[in-house]
Amino acid sequence: MTSLAPPAARVNASTGAGGRSGVGWMALPALLMFAAFGLVPLVGVLLLTFTTWDGIGVIHPSGLTSWRAELSDPGLLHALWVTFEIMAISWLVQTPISILIGVFLAAFKKYRGLLAVLYFLPLLLSSAAISITFKALLDPNFGVGEGLGISILKQDWLGDPKLAVGVLIFVVSWQYIPFHSLIYQGAVRQIPADMYEAAEIDGAGRVRQFFSITLPQIRYTIITSSTLMVVGSLTFFDLIYVLTGGGPGDATRALALEMYQQGFMANRMGLASVIAMILVLVGLLLAQLLRRLGGRGDESMMEGA
Amino acid sequence: MSQPALSRRNFLGLAVGTAGAAALAACGTSGPSGAGGSKGTASYWSLSGPPGQPIRQAAVDRFNKANPSTKIGATFFQNDAYKQKIKTALGAGQGPTMIWGWGGGGLKAYVDANQVVDLTDWLGQNAAVKQKILPSSFGAATVGGKVYALPIETVQPIVLFYNKKVFDAVGVQPPQSYGDILALIPKFNAKGIAPFSLGGQSRWTNMMWLEFLLDRQAGPDVFNNVFAGTPNAWSDPSVLEMLTKVQNLVKMNAFVKGFSSITADSNADQALLYTGKAAMMVHGSWSYGIQQANGGDFVKSGGLGWMNFPGIDGGKGDPTDTVGNPGQYLSISSKASAADQAVAKKFFSTTLVDDAEKAGWVKSGGVPVLNDSASLFVGDDAQYLKDMSAIASGAKVFAQSWDQALSPTVAETLLDNIAKLFQLQISPQQWIDSMNGVIGQ
Repeated sequence: MTSLAPPAARVNASTGAGGRSGVGWMALPALLMFAAFGLVPLVGVLLLTFTTWDGIGVIHPSGLTSWRAELSDPGLLHALWVTFEIMAISWLVQTPISILIGVFLAAFKKYRGLLAVLYFLPLLLSSAAISITFKALLDPNFGVGEGLGISILKQDWLGDPKLAVGVLIFVVSWQYIPFHSLIYQGAVRQIPADMYEAAEIDGAGRVRQFFSITLPQIRYTIITSSTLMVVGSLTFFDLIYVLTGGGPGDATRALALEMYQQGFMANRMGLASVIAMILVLVGLLLAQLLRRLGGRGDESMMEGA
Repeated sequence: MSQPALSRRNFLGLAVGTAGAAALAACGTSGPSGAGGSKGTASYWSLSGPPGQPIRQAAVDRFNKANPSTKIGATFFQNDAYKQKIKTALGAGQGPTMIWGWGGGGLKAYVDANQVVDLTDWLGQNAAVKQKILPSSFGAATVGGKVYALPIETVQPIVLFYNKKVFDAVGVQPPQSYGDILALIPKFNAKGIAPFSLGGQSRWTNMMWLEFLLDRQAGPDVFNNVFAGTPNAWSDPSVLEMLTKVQNLVKMNAFVKGFSSITADSNADQALLYTGKAAMMVHGSWSYGIQQANGGDFVKSGGLGWMNFPGIDGGKGDPTDTVGNPGQYLSISSKASAADQAVAKKFFSTTLVDDAEKAGWVKSGGVPVLNDSASLFVGDDAQYLKDMSAIASGAKVFAQSWDQALSPTVAETLLDNIAKLFQLQISPQQWIDSMNGVIGQ
């Protein structure tokens, strides 16, 4: 998640340095870390985009050759499209479900505590382990459909382009909904209870309370969670690599995968670096866009409380 | 309490030290399945997993035992992980003394980057070593007339495997020609058996079909032109014919349902054959060992049949031709110290060409790259070994697999386009245009 680091660290640095109480130096360790592991590699990659390198030999400076070659490659546009497709659909699937589960779990009830533990289990597994498991379950000939004899599960899950994208989004959601539910659970618990009491006295039902109080109150959390989802989905790699390898054909070849294939399979580090820069730019843009969507940022969430 | 209690300070020091050591160890060995962790003078990286890993380890152990003053340390990686790891390590100057590979285009990339030692003179001085190895295996070790690697391990032609039990049950005979194959496809499909198993997600599995169909159609010249970098070499009409044949096979449901999501690494494609869900499979000769290990008594009970890929009626290619791996290849890093290189050369000239090495590979069901192995072909696998050896030595042309012969850049484009071809995502003409675009790169 390297593309996530720049905006976050920049916010840290500016608030730290801007502090009038002379605690700016406190940001120094973070700044150094960011420079060493964020900026330096970024500059390195930027320099690599102006070269031709096969990864093992001598690095030849070649001006804009790599940029021209990559930007005129139809594979780039396709990879961008696949990335946005996965990003948009997985956001649309994850957000409502996460909010509902978060709200549900926010109530202090014992059985819900138990459920919460169960819901969070997928968070404990690594993407690679999840992918290998799902790959085995969805095997067209030896998978769960064949094993249980359930005909509706006997689909070519990862071999059909549309189904493969669907499966990817399902697995992503399965893995990350617990995480986002956790965030929403925390946000909902911070809403003052007297708001709901007042609404109840005014005669508002459950649904009305949800739309008029809960949703507006967790507005910033939605922005945070969406930023994590959107920017995070740019870097999905292990999951896709293990599940489909970008296939069938190139149906699930997202940007991160395209970068890996150009760089480490085809030995074209220049082109791979161009894709890396595009990933960084897209990530920064999206993070900024979502920040803007969050509103002015100076109004209080407690207005009217 | 005779033992002094561990003081808090000592305990903390120990804990921190252990954690640090663990962290360092984790950094150092991210990926490889550590082989005893022995750190030797000369390092040797190769592939993990049976049947190869135990034989490779045995060779290293044999050498270390015979040469107590020097040591070789072996590290094994999974196939796909290794391909990336070795490139990254060489690029960073952290490569091993001995570099295991497939020869061909990959080796040429190392040669172009001055990463490997020229062995031509050394082999000239050690003619005895050279004479122990099959001459046809040196082709893929040679770049620009110079030899940069020692052929080791086994010769692996790609063959057509079939399940005899399935053939008997359906009441059909093994194919003698491509026409027979086409006739068999609907018969198996009618019985709900997939005609061919295929691990299509691995892509090189699909490629084997193109290699055979093109050779049987037009002989070896077309690909030789591609290999030589002749502009528009893919535009030969026989390529269009071959690609059309491939897409027709896909349209006839010749390949198992869901083939594009099956990987060869998981051996699911072999499982389809020995479980009788598929009738035939085009695969490397190493598949025999896997089916023997995983298929219960399938191989032992005579269920597995094999043959060279049949000819196409009216095709110009010689049906004795084959394609595959003419050997595996071991190079010496030019970045290694003179002492380490000497250890590696000693390993090359003694252990890797000795009788124990030969016997080890034969026992695993492989045909060694070493001469005079025929006398070792005894026991259950004798017939298979004899047949593979006959295919390998009887072939007029033993072509190297395309993705190994070509440079990594072209190979990636090739595999990418092959995957799309099997997906019917691109037309044969688009395939040709796209491949002509990267010729000679």
